[in-house]
Amino acid sequence: MPDPTAPPRAGGPRRPSDAHPRPAPSLFGPRALAAQLPSALRKLDPRTMVRTPVMFVVLVGSVLTTVSALLEPSVFAWVTTLWLWATVLFANLAEAVAEGRGRAQADALRRTRTETTARLLRGGTETPVPAARLAVGDLVVCEAGDVIPSDGDVVEGVASVDESAVTGESAPVIRESGGDRCAVTGGTRVLSDRIVVRITAEPGATFLDRMIALVEGADRQKTPNEIALSALLASLTIIFLLAVVTLQPFAAYAGQPQPVLVLVALLVCLIPTTIGALLSAIGIAGMDRLVRRNVLAMSGRAVEAAGNIDTLLLDKTGTITLGNRQAHELLPVGSVAEAELASAALLASAADETPEGRSIGALCRTRRLPAAPPSGGVATLDGAGGTPVPFSAETRMSGMDLAGGRRIRKGAGSAVRRWVEENGGRYDPAVVPLVDAVSAQGGTPLVVAEADGAAARVLGVVHLKDVVKPGLRERFDRLRAMGIRTVMVTGDNPRTARAIAEEAGVDDFLAEATPQDKLDLIRREQEGGRLVAMTGDGTNDAPALAQADVGVAMNSGTSAAKEAGNMVDLDSDPTKLIEIVEIGKQLLITRGALTTFSVANDVAKYFAIIPAMFSGIAGYEGLARLNVMGLAGPESAILSAVVFNALIIVALIPLALRGVAYRAAGAARMLRRNLLVYGAGGLVAPFAGIALIDLVVSRIPGLV
Amino acid sequence: MSDSLAGLLQISLAVALLAALRIPVGDYLAHVYTSPRHLAPERLVYRLCGVDPDREQTAAGYLRGVLAFSLLSVLALYGLQRLQNWLPLAAGMGPVAPGTAWNTAVSFVTNTNWQTYSGESTMGHLTQMAGLTVQNFLSAAIGMAVAIALVRGLIRRRTEQVGNVWVDLTRTALRVLLPFAFAAALLLAAGGVVQNLSGLTAHTTLDGGSQLLPGGPIASQEAIKELGTNGGGPYNANSAHPFENPTAWTNLLEVLLLLLIPVSLTRTFGTMLARSGAGTRRHGLALLAAMGIVYGLVLAGVTAAEAAGRGTAAQAAGAAMEGKEVRFGEWASALFAASTTATSTGAVNSAHDSFTAFGGGLALFNMLLGEITPGGAGSGLYGILVVAMLTVFLGGLMIGRTPEYLGKRIGGREIKLIALYILATPALVLVLTGIAMALPSTRDAMANGGIHGFTEVLYAYASTANNNGSAFGGLNAGTPFLSLTTGLAMLFGRFLPIVLVLALAGALARQQPSPVTAGTLPTDRPLFVGMLTATILIVTGLTFFPALALGPIAEGLS
Repeated sequence: MPDPTAPPRAGGPRRPSDAHPRPAPSLFGPRALAAQLPSALRKLDPRTMVRTPVMFVVLVGSVLTTVSALLEPSVFAWVTTLWLWATVLFANLAEAVAEGRGRAQADALRRTRTETTARLLRGGTETPVPAARLAVGDLVVCEAGDVIPSDGDVVEGVASVDESAVTGESAPVIRESGGDRCAVTGGTRVLSDRIVVRITAEPGATFLDRMIALVEGADRQKTPNEIALSALLASLTIIFLLAVVTLQPFAAYAGQPQPVLVLVALLVCLIPTTIGALLSAIGIAGMDRLVRRNVLAMSGRAVEAAGNIDTLLLDKTGTITLGNRQAHELLPVGSVAEAELASAALLASAADETPEGRSIGALCRTRRLPAAPPSGGVATLDGAGGTPVPFSAETRMSGMDLAGGRRIRKGAGSAVRRWVEENGGRYDPAVVPLVDAVSAQGGTPLVVAEADGAAARVLGVVHLKDVVKPGLRERFDRLRAMGIRTVMVTGDNPRTARAIAEEAGVDDFLAEATPQDKLDLIRREQEGGRLVAMTGDGTNDAPALAQADVGVAMNSGTSAAKEAGNMVDLDSDPTKLIEIVEIGKQLLITRGALTTFSVANDVAKYFAIIPAMFSGIAGYEGLARLNVMGLAGPESAILSAVVFNALIIVALIPLALRGVAYRAAGAARMLRRNLLVYGAGGLVAPFAGIALIDLVVSRIPGLV
Repeated sequence: MSDSLAGLLQISLAVALLAALRIPVGDYLAHVYTSPRHLAPERLVYRLCGVDPDREQTAAGYLRGVLAFSLLSVLALYGLQRLQNWLPLAAGMGPVAPGTAWNTAVSFVTNTNWQTYSGESTMGHLTQMAGLTVQNFLSAAIGMAVAIALVRGLIRRRTEQVGNVWVDLTRTALRVLLPFAFAAALLLAAGGVVQNLSGLTAHTTLDGGSQLLPGGPIASQEAIKELGTNGGGPYNANSAHPFENPTAWTNLLEVLLLLLIPVSLTRTFGTMLARSGAGTRRHGLALLAAMGIVYGLVLAGVTAAEAAGRGTAAQAAGAAMEGKEVRFGEWASALFAASTTATSTGAVNSAHDSFTAFGGGLALFNMLLGEITPGGAGSGLYGILVVAMLTVFLGGLMIGRTPEYLGKRIGGREIKLIALYILATPALVLVLTGIAMALPSTRDAMANGGIHGFTEVLYAYASTANNNGSAFGGLNAGTPFLSLTTGLAMLFGRFLPIVLVLALAGALARQQPSPVTAGTLPTDRPLFVGMLTATILIVTGLTFFPALALGPIAEGLS
């Protein structure tokens, strides 16, 4: 359950659906690139480079051409060598830029992590100890103004806590012992009251520590799909390596062995450098996009899994409906007037400050029913001598005992029936169909009855309605288009659940669900080969969160939930799952699109380089007809291809960091579009690009 | 009737007959591989071999069976050739030289049928019948069995078992190849193909001279030679020899036979998918469509190149007819050339060496595609399935999902196997051609110098590594180096992919498939066919462009 006391996020500064989430400083500009140059240079270390085999081949090639340029210097040799080094550097630059964004965020987080002194509680006495010495299970005291020293659960007291250090959200939240709002995060500040916290995290392994490590990408590991794609890229590299190496004996047979420089240039142009250079940047940027939406993914694997989700479990309350039900209509029974029912319902709810209770007043006002009491209802009524009867789980009713002896109750049908019959009244059978009708529509019927000295009687029914959040239906439609099934999980009875499910537009629902039901549902889906995502925040959600392929824990939830999930949403917004899925898909699409683009580029490069290499040999002049781009000369043709190959990396850095534009659509439509843009585009673009570069390059003095 | 009209008629007839036969043959094959019942002769085979036909094998077990069986076959075939002079029906032939015997043994066991010898002057009747022809059956059966194991891997869920290799081999031989070949042999014999056990007989040639020609059980060999996409004929001239392929009618029949099983297997695939619920028949049709598009493009290219010849003057002088049989002409020669190189058969009814640069180059390109359009018996299906999974990988990423084919995820392990498969044969072709070109001894074996000479060497390795077996000619493939390396190319070109395919079958069978949703990449639609076609062409094109540029492209453009 989301934290009902948390301030509404609707007007908050960072709505997840905002077009521009946490604004990132411009990172694509030349200045930003230049700023990352030092770390790009540091990455030239062969031990680092060998992790990306494609770029490692370019590095080795660059060293070879440097040697060859030293031995046989020429303008062509040096310019080409320079651009080969630039290719390596640009790849490192892409990664450095992607990491740079995370590092900036990590630095900001580190600044908030000040050295705190904890007030350790042992045997009733407080001892000040450094926060770093706290062990799991220790009890610490935090009072207004204290920084909570480490992650833990509140075991005593209630406090308002400023969590802006972690969430960026300035409005305070309530943390209290017991229940699902007991978790506190180290580094946040207590604003009021006093709490005792049981530490749940080892020093150095707190949420904030993990968060810093994550945004920094310190222990970034290759995700399954990255591994698969790397394997494919490596094998493409080997194929091209073989094609180029074996070309030498063929060329020798033809009568003109090729210089090492030219062979390296051909190799570098052919191997998938574009995707090889940008692959890790894409992954880092994907994580970063999540962080900017205030979601912390514990692993890249989870982000990737999000793109594969087949089934989405959504809690009804808080996710699909607004957290609280609202009075929708008044249904008087028999000869009772609507105004009479309204007046009784209002009196019964006068002390009820819950949104549900207040919504009855709101309904009366909109319907202009005369009985609407003046504002400040409770005090006024108290003055008139009323005693509020609070809701209890035992009676399942609440109400008001007025000074004149009149007693009013509202509650569930069965509870009110018992009360009426106990007070000598007859439960009007006409109420039953009204109650059923409300249930059938997905509402909650609240029966209102009164006893005024004489026998008690039923006045009517208040229809409390779950209010489905606006805009959800469109979102579910989008999910359906992506092939994702949505399942609503609720404790309501099946009839109510069905009505809400229909209204919200989810595909299925699980009614009267216990945590075990939820877990079973996830297992069932997974046995069918489906990947399941869910959100949760309570301790009893923990097993299901752990079982789900993508489990998003709400930051407002318990530490058990946060531990079990593989993502934490700092905004505690359950609908964010939809965006997480989209980011996961976008990540894979970007990889696929750039791989396709990279491979498609090779066609044009062949048409530039092969005629340049061989059309000069007697008997092979016909190959000059392959020079469809009309490149000026062999040297400028080869150099133009190399320059294009290097520049395209820089040109695509913004795309790699931002991700390919994602629109929810069926697979076939999306594929057609991406094939057209990146496949066909990848075929055509380099022809134009290389021809243009040749216009410039061929003017370099002394090149030929 | 003009040449073009006759040619078009022959092509349309072949397509129409294939279309008519594909469904019954494909469904029959599906029945053969899924039926739980064993026939009496099969049970006899199992009892003799001590095999429990109802016990299935893991992918590794299946592979061990394939490899052990093939090793035994190589040894037996080698022995048969070396000892043929001691055995009956030698027809006066001495023992085959060790180098040739090794190369031939490997060649026939790997379904390549690359021949470094003249059949009529080297192999006795017993070697032909009990050795080479038997291998024509068995090597084709191996390919089909492996393909079916991969299909089972795609269909099955959460199992280690991919079938029983002995059952698959026995059924393929007894229920499919033998009866089909028997029927085909009758048709061929009726069409005029020789079938006897006689030695040399005298024949009067067209120009009135007399020639001694050996007879033999030609029609029966011819049938399985084409049906099993083998290609090794009893005569050196192969299907250009009038005893093997006397008329336009037998020519059409032979083209039909070599396309029949590879094409029908796409239906088998679709039917097995549909029956198990893992997919639909459209999936098989999609594969066929991609095969058909590439095949059609190559056929059109070869035909255009040959019919146009080397310019008008040469055409008028009949230059493009060089190396072609007058009774077939350019169109039927082009049809046979495109079909034989597309199916890993390697039988020829004309000399590819004498084709125009682009015509011969396309035949070469056709083999370099990896023999998947429609490819060899079985090997075509498993080859195109691997490329389909590669296509799915790239396409799947582009729709934002971990790629899956028929619900099976193409993850790290799968893509590694696929990548190695895609890498294996091109690596063999490039490396061996590179070494051969670097060695001076190769130049001595080349009859032609210059660009054409290079194309001949490239063709030789493309043909052997892809288990096609057709020869460009002009190259003395019997030198020790060429004999050894072409043998290695055939061996690794056959069994490396098989190892990878069976490993892939095992990895896929273990998976629990994920259900099809709107977010799944459709793999039975025209869009996928287009992607698959593009992947086939681009992967091969990019790998071999430099080599082809120095061969047929340079020759054709100059």
